[in-house]
Amino acid sequence: MNSTPVQGKPGPHVGLFVTCLVDLFRPSVGFAAIKLLEAGGAQVEVPRAQTCCGQPAYNSGDRKNAVAIAKQVIETFERFDYVVAPSGSCAGMLRLHYPRLLADDPDYAERAEAIAAKSYELTSFLVGVLGLKEVDATYVGTVTYHDSCSSLRELGVKEAPRKLLLSVAGLSLVELAESEVCCGFGGAFAVKYPEISTAILDAKLHDIEGTGAKAVLSGDLGCLMQIAGRIARENAGIEVRHVAEVLAGMTEDPAIAAPRQKREGNGQRQAARLQKSSRRRARRCGVAKGVA
Amino acid sequence: MLNVKRGFIDKRRAAKAKLPEFDRLRAEARELKDHTLSHLDLYLEAFERKVIESGGQVHYAPDAAEARAIVLQLCQEAGAKLVTKGKSMVSEEIGLNAHLKAAGIEVVETDLGEYIVQLRGEMPSHIIAPVIHLNKETIEADFRRAHQRLPHGRRLDQAQYLVAEARQMLREKFLAADIGITGANLLIAETGSAVIVTNEGNGDLTAALPRTHIVVASIEKLVPTLEDAATILRLLARSATGQEITTYTTFVTGPRRERDPDGPDAYHVVLLDNGRSEMLGNEFADMLRCIRCGACLNHCPVYGGIGGHAYGSVYPGPMGAVLTPQLQGIDRARDLPNASSFCGRCESVCPMDIPLPNMMRAWRERDFARGNPPLSERLALKLWAYAAKRPRLYRLLAAIAVRNLARRGGARGSLRTLPFVTAWTGTRDLPAPQGRTFQSLYARAQSRKR
Repeated sequence: MNSTPVQGKPGPHVGLFVTCLVDLFRPSVGFAAIKLLEAGGAQVEVPRAQTCCGQPAYNSGDRKNAVAIAKQVIETFERFDYVVAPSGSCAGMLRLHYPRLLADDPDYAERAEAIAAKSYELTSFLVGVLGLKEVDATYVGTVTYHDSCSSLRELGVKEAPRKLLLSVAGLSLVELAESEVCCGFGGAFAVKYPEISTAILDAKLHDIEGTGAKAVLSGDLGCLMQIAGRIARENAGIEVRHVAEVLAGMTEDPAIAAPRQKREGNGQRQAARLQKSSRRRARRCGVAKGVA
Repeated sequence: MLNVKRGFIDKRRAAKAKLPEFDRLRAEARELKDHTLSHLDLYLEAFERKVIESGGQVHYAPDAAEARAIVLQLCQEAGAKLVTKGKSMVSEEIGLNAHLKAAGIEVVETDLGEYIVQLRGEMPSHIIAPVIHLNKETIEADFRRAHQRLPHGRRLDQAQYLVAEARQMLREKFLAADIGITGANLLIAETGSAVIVTNEGNGDLTAALPRTHIVVASIEKLVPTLEDAATILRLLARSATGQEITTYTTFVTGPRRERDPDGPDAYHVVLLDNGRSEMLGNEFADMLRCIRCGACLNHCPVYGGIGGHAYGSVYPGPMGAVLTPQLQGIDRARDLPNASSFCGRCESVCPMDIPLPNMMRAWRERDFARGNPPLSERLALKLWAYAAKRPRLYRLLAAIAVRNLARRGGARGSLRTLPFVTAWTGTRDLPAPQGRTFQSLYARAQSRKR
């Protein structure tokens, strides 16, 4: 990797905010993040006393618990030069919403501002702060990139993941139509309003399939679980991965929601099933939109 | 719907791209509106003075019932039998049509979209495109049903024929109406004018032809000066329809003066509060900047998925999700601010820079404080928060849950069903965890290093 730590001068001390979804569902993303951060010259530490950024409480209107969890995160992470999360959503929570939550707290208002100022989404930190220009990874095939709403609109992250992806050997990137549209995840929204969430998701899947890419990548595991969950249900056969896995060259694990062992010899059957399911979904998509 | 939606989005984008100072205008508009709202009492007084000077009258209505009563009384005093109406969301908000109809007054909507929803006995499904939920064929059937005295064999299979027929039907109403009621996109304190923007010209015929013109508008429509009105108008048309300016932009100031060729003899402005002065002082004050352009609806994936009628309010989409709980109460309207993925696209396209997701979250806080969410939801949140505040306990529980889920996921790599959490697995698999939590794998890796 094109890491440029200044000789003799230790790189910044980064606290990795793993995020609850990566901790539970996709630890490989955490290890990929560490690898990338170290390649960029950072000294990475993973504090043990971390759970979640508090969004489930915050977005459910449970301000009291959101505040308690925010304080806990601040206490755990304020000693680092930077806090980096492999998620735009969690980084956005630290960057934009902690100061709002704690604005009136005499003990925490300033500390919330301080942590906000040094919290970053992974790819934007790699490019914008560490100055990483390329990665040493290979991934053969066409991929498309889904911008999570928090990355795109809360943090303004758009170029960084694309810039790094274009340096991956063998990879070509094709853009999604309607790339500014949500995938329908929205945290608890996905289970509180599953029909609406799925209608939004199917429109997104339609666009993903339209790219002809073999894989869809994103910087937020929430979106990825939503997209991968539907793809698995429909046997749509598109690989779903966190962008960090591809950038770190750590794609030997099965993709998100993909079977553990590849079954040989039934490729044709799978292809036929795939076609059928995508036709089915296109129809449903049309129906959902017709209603609106 | 899809084409119309794309049309709105693409046209707005193009119009914005052609105006390099769009973002500067947006900041100016935000500032001027915030200024106006923080001195609203003064500007209302100034506006009233100007209306009276120009020969009109101003009536204050604290709530919807009062507003309905004022308008009805004005109609009865004028002996009105037929009222024409320009498009007005405030009149929808107060349920004016039904009230006048119950008193024996015929009310005719003159905006094409509003005319169609009135024929159908429906509510508009979009604040600037009331019939966005209908197709041409449905409207043709509605016209054939409603206009029975017209020849059966006439052509109605193209939009132009539908428009011509509506125009023909409405023309007699315009000429016969005793009173015209319009809304206002803006009220100007400096001049006492009401500004109406339309693309059909129906607002002008409604305002100018009858003997009496009543403007029904809410108090936050005020801006201080003509210059300020121009700033907002430049944002409004571009954000709404992608036009640089609407076909008609009309400034109405009082009744007909001596040398005016036309105009009403009597002019009234009914100013509606209906919860707005309460919003001035609470966390929803930013919402009062809204100019009803509809950009947040057009860009909202939830609105796109469920349509306007599902909101059960005259104000759908993100702006409705913030306004409706204020009008109907959060207990009744709790789904509206809750049904959002907080994708934030509404805020990013809002020409008045209104933080819609943050205000929806503020409603969720009120909703939560009132104990409205279902017990199962509150319980799950409580248990989760208890663990999330105790990292050691959390790690233990997470490790157990993850092993269990990974085992259930098996070789498929995802779960088709889950006990208790069917809301996810109804339409999606749950991706199986990789097997261990990151924390446990990381701890193991660290201890090996030592």
